[in-house]
Amino acid sequence: MNSTMSSTGPDSKQAQRKAAMTVLAHSGVADIAGRLAAIAVPTHENLREPENGLVMMRGRIGGDGAPFNLGEATVSRAAVRLATGEVGFGYTLGRDARKAQMIALCDAMVQSAELSGEVEAKVIAPLRVAMNAERARKAAETAATRVDFYTMVRGEG
Amino acid sequence: MYVAVKGGERAIENAHRLLAHERRGDRDVPEVTLAQISEQLALGVDRVMTEGSLYDRELAALAIKQARGDMIEAIFLVRAFRATLPRFGATEPVNTGAMQVRRRISSTFKDVPGGQILGPTFDYTHRLLDPQLAEGFVPEQPMTADASQAATPRVTDILGRDGLIESSPQADSDAAVGDLTREPLSFPADRDLRLQNLARGDEGFLLALGYSTQRGYGRNHPFAGEIRFGEVEVEFSAEDVGFAVPLGSIELTECQMVNQFKGSTTEAPCFTRGYGLAFGQSERKTMSMALVDRALRARELGEEAEAPAQDEEFVMSHSDNVQSTGFVEHLKLPHYVDFQSELGLLRKLRQEFAEANEAVEMQEAAE
Repeated sequence: MNSTMSSTGPDSKQAQRKAAMTVLAHSGVADIAGRLAAIAVPTHENLREPENGLVMMRGRIGGDGAPFNLGEATVSRAAVRLATGEVGFGYTLGRDARKAQMIALCDAMVQSAELSGEVEAKVIAPLRVAMNAERARKAAETAATRVDFYTMVRGEG
Repeated sequence: MYVAVKGGERAIENAHRLLAHERRGDRDVPEVTLAQISEQLALGVDRVMTEGSLYDRELAALAIKQARGDMIEAIFLVRAFRATLPRFGATEPVNTGAMQVRRRISSTFKDVPGGQILGPTFDYTHRLLDPQLAEGFVPEQPMTADASQAATPRVTDILGRDGLIESSPQADSDAAVGDLTREPLSFPADRDLRLQNLARGDEGFLLALGYSTQRGYGRNHPFAGEIRFGEVEVEFSAEDVGFAVPLGSIELTECQMVNQFKGSTTEAPCFTRGYGLAFGQSERKTMSMALVDRALRARELGEEAEAPAQDEEFVMSHSDNVQSTGFVEHLKLPHYVDFQSELGLLRKLRQEFAEANEAVEMQEAAE
């Protein structure tokens, strides 16, 4: 594990990385690229060349029981190292290796004391707003299809 | 004996060239794009992902385009593509209870907590062809309403609180999760392997088997306890990262079938269950899968297993449409030598038959 200690401790740093990865994995590659263009990207090298592969998706018997293999999904992954030493990882569904590399770069910046504020404010936060707006739109459309039952009283009381 | 047959190369090459031409169809008609297939033939894409056993909308759309809309050919193409990529590992099991629900119905409880949410469905449509859709139809924007913050617990969890339904089997921590893409099938098969087999099994085959249980061939009195469709988050425990990494979300459909009770002198009677899970919006598939999953539990539940849907070797050996089509369609390939030997044998038998008859006739004439 990376032992970079920030004032908030390793657990909350991990939670922050995970939260950023969630937003990035849900975002389109063009949107991430657009946000990254607004900041000065630090010098970095590929620790693992971006590559495509598969993961086996698992469900649970009955939804909450023992796991079973449902089927595979395509995944891309990458790893980068900043000149300052931080190592970032990028994993995402799909075959867009460039997206995995951008996620890895963001993950490395999130771990950097100097860069985490900027990447959070200029990349992650606006993408999170878009992600939440999309979720809210779907939730509102779905809510309009909720059935409101009412009971019809038949005949004379 | 192997006899090399030469001379087909040019014919094959030209046949494939003709196929490409026919696939394109009338060149005055605009070419269909992958985005159009993915967006407008979305349920076909879902089926190809589910039975192709690979979640990737764009690849499934390409497969449908390449296969000219032949779904089993498209599924075959996706399965073959799978083999070209390395597998990084297995995801954490998805939590369907935390699904961002787009549709969620229960036929057992009207007032299910979280509500009956119809979502985008063919149910209650009149199944009349709509001429407006032929060209240029612009649908209205969907209605919206305040989204409830209420949780949508699984119906089986609600029944489970009172012990009215059996609980799901829990994992044996020592046991690896069975994977039929890595080990050949053997029988009897555990439920994890059966569910994997059914998940990638042919929808039509499972539909027919599920229907057969309703008609009395292994009846198990099902209720659609709950069907839900929506997005679930996927996480992957990547060793290099050191924690479970979010990969994004996928669309899944889940069906919880609630079936007739079991009980014994030591166990109070309770409902039993069958389970279905598939990529995308695949309702018919998951309902059929849940019916067949329950039917295949006959042995475990001490039921007589006499119907086809209860015979796991029969079901699991014939559910895969890529295997099935491979063996059926291989009959098209040249069998000239096999056929020549059959023909030789048949001629010999016919000659023996003729000689025997001649002998009988001569004998009868002599008498």
